[in-house]
Amino acid sequence: MTLSQYPLPRYQIPGVVGTLVRYALIGLFAAAVFGPLLNMLIWTVAEAWYFPAKLPLRWGFAFWTKVFRPEAGAMKALYTSMVIACLTVALSLVLAIPAGYALSKRSLPLRSLFLLFFLLPQAFPTVAVHMNIARIFYGFGLTGTIWGVMLVHAIQGLVFAVWIASAAFAAIGEEQVEAARNLGATPLRAFMTVSLPLAAPGLMASAIFVFLISLDEFSGTFFVGVPDIRTLPLTMLNAALEGNYQIASITALLLLVPSILFMLFVERFLKADVLASVGK
Amino acid sequence: MDTPRLRKNLPLVALLLPALLMVGLLFVYPLLFSLAYAFRNEGTGGWDLSNFTKAFALYGADVSLTIGVTLLSTALVGVLAVAVAGYLTLGENPRAVAVLRWIYRWPMFIPFVVAAQLMRTFLAKSGMLNNTLMSLGLIEPLNAMSLLDWRGVVVTFVWKQLPFAALLIAGAMASMDRSLMESARGLGAGRLRILIEIVLPQVSATVWVSLILSFVTMLSALSVPMMIIAGTPTMITVDMAWRVNSYGDYGVANALGFISFALSGAAAWFYLRQGVREGGKPA
Repeated sequence: MTLSQYPLPRYQIPGVVGTLVRYALIGLFAAAVFGPLLNMLIWTVAEAWYFPAKLPLRWGFAFWTKVFRPEAGAMKALYTSMVIACLTVALSLVLAIPAGYALSKRSLPLRSLFLLFFLLPQAFPTVAVHMNIARIFYGFGLTGTIWGVMLVHAIQGLVFAVWIASAAFAAIGEEQVEAARNLGATPLRAFMTVSLPLAAPGLMASAIFVFLISLDEFSGTFFVGVPDIRTLPLTMLNAALEGNYQIASITALLLLVPSILFMLFVERFLKADVLASVGK
Repeated sequence: MDTPRLRKNLPLVALLLPALLMVGLLFVYPLLFSLAYAFRNEGTGGWDLSNFTKAFALYGADVSLTIGVTLLSTALVGVLAVAVAGYLTLGENPRAVAVLRWIYRWPMFIPFVVAAQLMRTFLAKSGMLNNTLMSLGLIEPLNAMSLLDWRGVVVTFVWKQLPFAALLIAGAMASMDRSLMESARGLGAGRLRILIEIVLPQVSATVWVSLILSFVTMLSALSVPMMIIAGTPTMITVDMAWRVNSYGDYGVANALGFISFALSGAAAWFYLRQGVREGGKPA
C-alpha cells in the first residue's frame, strides 16, 4: 500500500463537512452575539413597530429628538453621569497613585495580602453591602447627593485603579529612577519627573476603566442616589419599565458607545507588559 | 518582622493607608454591619433568627430560583468558555480562529444594565429571536413565547459573562507549553480529546477562578432580574431592594444578603478545597 492511495478519499469528504459545520457554528455564535445588539439598534430608529411585523412599520429619528428634549430628563441624566464619573476618576486616582506606587515595591510587607484586600468589593455580592452603605450614608446626609454616589462608585472601581496603577509602576525599570536620584533629585522629584510620566499610559487606562465602571454602575446608585440622583442607567431602567422601548434603546446606545470604544482601544493604552502583571 | 525593615517601609505603608481606609470604611464596615443586622430582631431589640424564618417563608422559592439560575448560568459559561478558548488555541483554520477571536469579546464591556435592556427586546414574544425563528419556519407564530423569565436571566448572564471567562481561559491556554499538544496531535489524537485530556487539566485553576468570579458577579446582579423578570418568582437581589425601598425592612433584606454572602462563601470554599485536592496552591 502506498501512502498516496491511503488517506485521500476518506479525508476530503469530512473536510468539506467539517468546513460547513465550522462556519455554521461560527455563524450561529455571531448571531447570538450580535443579534441582541442589532435588535437594539433597530429599536432606536423604529417609530412604529407592532407585533407581528418583523421589521418596524415606520423608520425615523423622531424618538431621538424626544430623548434630547430637556423635559425628557435624558440630557440631565447624561450630565449627572458625566459629573459623577469624572469625580470618581479623580478620587480613584488620588487614592490609587500612591497606593499603586507602594504596592509596586516588592519589599512591601504583606504585599499580596494588601492586593487581595482591594479585591474584596468585587469578591462579595454587592447589593446587600450597597443597601447598608445607603443606610449609613443617610445618617451623614450623603444619600441623594452626588458625593455619596461618587464614593460608592469609587469603591467599585478602586480595585482596578490600584491593580493597574501598581502594574504600571512595576513595569518601570529601577535604573531610570536611580539615575535621577544619583543626579541629585529628591525622591519626590524623581517620582514626579521619571516614574509618573513613564506610568502615565497605564494610569490613563485605569482612569478610563474607572470612568466606565462609574458610568455603568447600577445598584449603588439605586440605593444611595434615591431620590434625587438620576444617572443614565436609572433613566434607562425607568424607560424600559414604562414600556418605552425606543427611549430605553437610545439610552442603552448612549451607554454602549464608550464601552465599545474602550474595548477597541484598550490595547493602545494598556501595554502587554503592564497587562501581564496586573494583580501580581 | 525586624524593625529596620518596618522602618524602611513605613513611608510605603503610609502611601497605602488612604486607599485601605476607604475600602475598610466603605466596604468592610457595611459588610460586617449587614452580616450582624441579619440577626437583629427590630421588634424585640434582641438578636435571633426571626429574619431568616421570615425570609424563607416569604422568599424561599426565590432563594431556590437564585441558586438554580446562577449555578446553571455558571455551568453554561464554563462549558461554552472552554469550547471557545479551546478552539482559539487548537483551531487549525487561521481565518476561522481570527473571526471567532474578533466576535467573542463584544459583550464583555457591555454593562449589565444595557445587556438586560438588549435581551428585554430580543427575547420578547415579538422580539427578534422569535421573528427570526418564525421566518425560518422553525416555529409556528402561535407557539412563539416570551423568554422573559428565569430563562431570559440565564441567557443574559451567559451572553455577558462568556467573553470574560473565555478571555481568561484562552490566556491560560496560550501560555501553555505547546509541545505536548503537538506530539499528541502527531500521534493521531483528536482535538476534542486533546482539549479534554491534555489542555483542560493544565488550565483548571484558571477555569475555576473565572467561574467563581462569574458566579459572584451573577449573584450580585440587580438590574438583570429587575428588568427581565416581571413578577415572581424572581432573584433575591430584587427582593432585597423591594424589602428596603417599600417597607424599610432591613432585617429581612439583610437575612437575604447573608444568604447571598453564604453562597459566594460556599463557592470560595469549594475553590480552595479544589486547590488543595489538586495538590497545589490555588492560582
